[in-house]
Amino acid sequence: MPPFLFIFLGALAIVSALGVIVQRNPIHSLLALIATLMTVAILFIGEDAVVVGFLQIIVYAGAIMVLFLFVIWLLNLQVETGPTGHLALKLFGSLAAALLATELFFILAPPHLRVKFTREPVGYGSLASLAGKLFTDYLVAFEVASVLLLAAVVGSVALARRLPGTDDPRAARKVAS
Amino acid sequence: MTIELIAGAIKAILMIMAGLSLSLFLLYFERKGSALIQDRIGSNRATVTGLGKRMGMPNLGIINTTIADPVKMFTKEDFIPAGADKFLHTLAPFLSLFPVMITFVVIPFGDTISIAGHRIGLEAANLNAGALYLLATIGLGVYGTALAGWSSNNRWALLGGIRATAQMISYELAMGLAIVSVIMTFGTLNLQEIVRGQGGVWFGFLPRWTIFTQPLAFILLLVAGAAETKRIPFDLPESESELIQGYFIEYSGGKQAVFMLTDFAEQALVAMLLTTFFLGGWQIPWLMRDGFHLPGGAILAVPALAVSLMGVVAFLFKVVALCMFLGMVRWTLPRLRYDQLMRLGWKGLVPLGLFNVLVTAFVVVATGRVQ
Repeated sequence: MPPFLFIFLGALAIVSALGVIVQRNPIHSLLALIATLMTVAILFIGEDAVVVGFLQIIVYAGAIMVLFLFVIWLLNLQVETGPTGHLALKLFGSLAAALLATELFFILAPPHLRVKFTREPVGYGSLASLAGKLFTDYLVAFEVASVLLLAAVVGSVALARRLPGTDDPRAARKVAS
Repeated sequence: MTIELIAGAIKAILMIMAGLSLSLFLLYFERKGSALIQDRIGSNRATVTGLGKRMGMPNLGIINTTIADPVKMFTKEDFIPAGADKFLHTLAPFLSLFPVMITFVVIPFGDTISIAGHRIGLEAANLNAGALYLLATIGLGVYGTALAGWSSNNRWALLGGIRATAQMISYELAMGLAIVSVIMTFGTLNLQEIVRGQGGVWFGFLPRWTIFTQPLAFILLLVAGAAETKRIPFDLPESESELIQGYFIEYSGGKQAVFMLTDFAEQALVAMLLTTFFLGGWQIPWLMRDGFHLPGGAILAVPALAVSLMGVVAFLFKVVALCMFLGMVRWTLPRLRYDQLMRLGWKGLVPLGLFNVLVTAFVVVATGRVQ
């Protein structure tokens, strides 16, 4: 990836990430978040991690952000007019920001403190190499994750299920408990 | 390097122009073809100086639909309702058109062609992860419709937007599963490789098109694609009888034209996907690099350049034929009810898609080879 493209995309990602927290309208924030995810995905693709980049667009920008959109609609979130949020929220936010700053320090620090980077061989991010790792070295973790997802799906179906003859989904829960 | 860059740019522009012109043809076909099927006359008014009429020719409505309609739309007032989110209301049509337009560039429309000693592949972008790119860009089409519905500050529009979002997310899954089974058959994500793999014949006469090995996946992609384009019988997001126009009820002028263009471009895209994945793309039955190898054993030599160009024509022919088929489906079937739509998607197409993937996996593992 040529440096000018990297700088351009990086700047775009930072500006849109700022947009997420600066915008007062939740839908505008969401759009800024989608823009951030897309730029980061393009950065991934530019750095040879092709599959990760496309999966980020498919899963995050294409599916999870739509879910966010639905949540914003269903909760009927309105434009914020003043400062809100609990003290605990602010505390955790500051903590996370401090952690990120520490991380950045170890990347940009003077050479003797800096973390070591290794250059991956060309083609490390292709589907073949990713699938090879996933289905040999990390097979157990992969299968465990899929069982977890299956359990979540079965659980949500069980909660939302209606008993025959009733229109009330809560009746099903009463019987189940 | 520079020549490849220039060729790539030209091919990308060419492909997007092809998509746009195909949309214009679909607009014409929508007006006049539907009239033909429904035993109406259809648009027959606008003429240039009435020349054809004086010569006794019937008015085919070409000027009506390809010139008068777009000009009328773009010269109308562009109205933004009170209380609407102005920025998103303007952005939404382009947000829905953009993903379709950028998807056209990965579709292979021909084999390689040799011009002045350079071999140029006839696809704008030969991506190794082409199928992933396709799924990624198609998935982004949701935002245009959803935000159009939300930003209009209109209840019908919001309902349409929510319906569109739920419908597109549901049918994307079936679409993905159909594409996955094709990918497993060929063992590659590269669309050009998938089309190349469909060259040659079985039993001496049957073209090796995927539709013969994956008929179920073809039907899945056809139905899911029709649902993804939000057209009858899946046009619940814009159903005129209940939501008036659905998510673009508050749009007028050029922006509404962009939404209509998106609809037609999506239809063209679905036809291109079906052609690429199942109908052999640019492959012509029995045509090899050096000419026709007819089933009887006869060989008809054809120059290499003609073979390449015939491939492009064959691709366009298949796409137009599929577009017409999709149009005829539109004018034949009644609209589904919303619960029927969801049941078809989640209880019909998704399990069938999973079943198809499973069977494909068994066959691929049992025979130990990909097509």
